[in-house]
Amino acid sequence: MNELSQPPLLAAHGLRFHRNDELIFGPVDFHVSRGEAVLVHGENGAGKTTLLRVLAGLLRASDGRIEIDGAIADRHKVAESTALLGHLLGHKGELTAEENLRFSLGIYGQRPGLSPASALAAVGLAGFEDSPARTLSAGQRKRLALARMLSIPARLWLLDEPYANLDLPGIDLVNRLIAHHLHRGGGALVTSHGAYATGAVRTRTLVLRAASASVMEAST
Amino acid sequence: MTQPSASRAVRALLRRDLLLVWRRRGDAINPALFALLVASLFPLAIGPEPKLLSQIAPGIIWVALLLASLLSLDTLFRSDLEDGSLEQLLLSPQPLALMIFVKVLVHWLTTSLPLLLAAPLLAEMLFLPAKLMPVMMASLLLGTPLLSLIGAMVVALTVGMRRSGMLLALLALPLYVPVLIFGAGCVMAAAQQLPYEGALYLLGAGLAMFSVLTPLATATALRISLT
Repeated sequence: MNELSQPPLLAAHGLRFHRNDELIFGPVDFHVSRGEAVLVHGENGAGKTTLLRVLAGLLRASDGRIEIDGAIADRHKVAESTALLGHLLGHKGELTAEENLRFSLGIYGQRPGLSPASALAAVGLAGFEDSPARTLSAGQRKRLALARMLSIPARLWLLDEPYANLDLPGIDLVNRLIAHHLHRGGGALVTSHGAYATGAVRTRTLVLRAASASVMEAST
Repeated sequence: MTQPSASRAVRALLRRDLLLVWRRRGDAINPALFALLVASLFPLAIGPEPKLLSQIAPGIIWVALLLASLLSLDTLFRSDLEDGSLEQLLLSPQPLALMIFVKVLVHWLTTSLPLLLAAPLLAEMLFLPAKLMPVMMASLLLGTPLLSLIGAMVVALTVGMRRSGMLLALLALPLYVPVLIFGAGCVMAAAQQLPYEGALYLLGAGLAMFSVLTPLATATALRISLT
């Protein structure tokens, strides 16, 4: 690790967000390095989703600054280097799994060496390429969204409740995908209620409480 | 790493939106049917007098098409907002204004083009003189994309609200009025053997200007609506 010579993938300094004068979270200070996953814990309403949406650039922070690779994150830089997996997965029910994935690759770009079919197979959707997304189960739709995360070039994953709707093999799949992503030099910020370990990867935990936050170091 | 190029993104969006319209093709002909219904009520209400009908035909056709395109406006971003794909579009490293231009283009191709194809039928039904058809079609060809572009801007402002139907109409109609006046006006002028080119040129100039400006305004409005 040469963290001193290399700025972290993502760094937030004094980040705060207000909605209608009400403080949702913050101030938060944290960073995500390459090859590292940060778990965001917090009660319902602590602002986990809002934090991810601020980092993705969908909401504007009321205070503080976000840096990507040590430089202030503008909209283009954020769009290029981050990918958000939120509660709304963005699939079109009328389109097949593969058509949905191909569209995402069209607008986000594509990692070399991974065809849509192999990405679908990697998330356990082999054989469902031509099924309309509307006929997939909630867990399968989540897997389709994971195939998108796997295939696009974004280095920083913002995963909002990635374990929701997934069965045990699915939870294991998320952990393996995160590990794979970290091994190829990416970073991840993961919100979850449960204490799902992310396997043999470097993790830290960020605890959000209403109107304050602290970072706890935890080794796995 | 393959950089996401804008042309690839435009193709992907074009393909997806056209494919979606094709899969929902039952809904796609609704605006044309609506326009047909509205226009066919006029001869019933006014009486089948060819002279009177041919006089007001340009106005009726324009109003029917304008209302039909207003009706279809809400679908422009609604389903994308509800399933989260609008969010995906906002998060993608693509120029949002360009993506919106493509969406408006597809919307026009799939809702207004069928209307344009239905227009000769309406014209025949309302005894519009055949020699006025070229002017009528030219005004519609320039005017309906203008309606779609203006509409996109207004929809973007209201898309975050639950019940935006009436508000949408209230905001869009005043902006539609100039298009209606010049569009129907030039056909009326042609019917009286007055020069009508000026109004067509104005529609063309408006189309050129709004093609550039409304995608930018719509992109900004969408970002505001979604926060």
